[in-house]
Amino acid sequence: MRRVRQSAWVLLALVVIGSLGAGLWAPADYATQFREAPNSPPSHQHWLGTDELGRDRFSRVLYGTRVSLLMAPAAALLSTLLATLAGGIAGYLGGWWERIAMAATDLFLSMPWLFLLLVVRAMLPLNVSPITSIAVTFLLLGLLGWAASARVLCAGTRGLRDSDFVLQARASGLRGFRLLALHVMPNLKPVLLAQFWISIPVFIISEANLGILGLGVAEPLPSWGSLLRELEGFTSFGFEAWKLVPLLLLVLVVSSFQIILSRDEVYA
Amino acid sequence: MRKLVRHLAAMAAIVVAGGLLSATLVRLAPGFGTDERQLDSRLNSESVEALRQARARDRNIPSFYLHYLLRALRGDLGESRTLNRPVRQLLAERLPVTARLVGAGLLAGWLCAVLLAVGATLTRKPACDLLATLVGALFLSVPAAVLALLFVFASAPACLAIALVVFPKVFSYTRNLLAKSYSLPHLMTAYAKGSGPLRILVWHVLPVAGTQLLAVAGISVSIALGAAIPVEALCGIAGIGQLAWQAALGRDLPLLVNLTVLVTVVTLAANWGSEFAGRDLRTREA
Repeated sequence: MRRVRQSAWVLLALVVIGSLGAGLWAPADYATQFREAPNSPPSHQHWLGTDELGRDRFSRVLYGTRVSLLMAPAAALLSTLLATLAGGIAGYLGGWWERIAMAATDLFLSMPWLFLLLVVRAMLPLNVSPITSIAVTFLLLGLLGWAASARVLCAGTRGLRDSDFVLQARASGLRGFRLLALHVMPNLKPVLLAQFWISIPVFIISEANLGILGLGVAEPLPSWGSLLRELEGFTSFGFEAWKLVPLLLLVLVVSSFQIILSRDEVYA
Repeated sequence: MRKLVRHLAAMAAIVVAGGLLSATLVRLAPGFGTDERQLDSRLNSESVEALRQARARDRNIPSFYLHYLLRALRGDLGESRTLNRPVRQLLAERLPVTARLVGAGLLAGWLCAVLLAVGATLTRKPACDLLATLVGALFLSVPAAVLALLFVFASAPACLAIALVVFPKVFSYTRNLLAKSYSLPHLMTAYAKGSGPLRILVWHVLPVAGTQLLAVAGISVSIALGAAIPVEALCGIAGIGQLAWQAALGRDLPLLVNLTVLVTVVTLAANWGSEFAGRDLRTREA
């Protein structure tokens, strides 16, 4: 199992490096159209062929991977911060604060994640620039994805608040923010890190779902979601196998996250 | 009894708040309140004004929501703007379709997950453990919408796409739970006394793991309902998921509020049903 985990790390590192250097080794820009060669099969010039608009698929996969792999951690960071604010403070203060925060958490958790995401995304403008659509999509993931983490963090903070060493710190005269910063937050670090890492694959998958439904990142900017929309016109595994490359990459990356995270389940 | 009443009250409060939240979101959405019929040159100014008035009533969210709740208590759920049909009729038509789809998906997903988890736990071989982890990770990594597209391509039943979304989550949880249950000291004693694996599973493991598995049952309903949206939208199945998709894109306020309330009620009922069943099981064991 350790070797599989190490392989997952190596694969993730390779994909991240590959996507970050998209500008260096992509044969064309993601929006460049080779109008004389739409829907062309793989060739020396276009390693993964072109899409229906004649855009180089390999370049789009590289740039799309960069978008998904940079923005999903940013959204995960935002959701973890919100969860820390809502769950951590509620758990630390207890009483009515905790009840109100947990009622809000219940409200968010009572609706299926994709339904909530779909409803809220559809409420926002759909005809925006590609850059704005990236910001809107991932901001939304971060803003709506905090509830489950908040519950875990609330329970963790409550446990720490009632622990012996915090009681001793209180008895020594430590109060309020200093107690939180010096004793509670450092001990919450493993939980926070686990929640952050767990959120990344969830957000990658959610963006892909939204993208396929046409509510993700706007064209011509690619993301895994928008690249997977091509599968709508998929007709054959034999003749169009290269169209499956974005899916394969998504599965490999998210599986790698799952394998790496299986060790952190204790904190999840 | 008092606890049950308190639970029901909390459930009602969450449902009302969920409906209000979705109504507010729709109201704040850009383009809300516009009606393309207002551009129809065949309509005279009175008709256009009447349309504008009808939309204006929805602009005040508290008033709209209060009227909606009062009407809903009488069984009137309003009319869909995009489909021009009573919401009650739409829900009555589509709810059984989604219930069948989600029900079949849940059944297939749970069956596969529990059988594979029991198999993987009983064999206790590192290779099986690795294989189980890889299978779980693989299916967790495929978006529901991609599964739906692949199932359309393969002309396979859509309920299996939902089963594949539910399967990895139930499988990984069940496997961990069973592994933990098998390491309990009283099981070692049972093994030492010569009890067979099936007897141990039925008499010692399942009663311990059962209550916690019930909690996952509630969550899996929510997962399956979420997966039903892309599956129905992409497979062309006229169910609640597809209706939610159309309502969201058409910013159909009455339909969206009703769907939010319905989905929230189903999710909460599933979660609390499983919680009560688990509590009942624990009480009987005690």
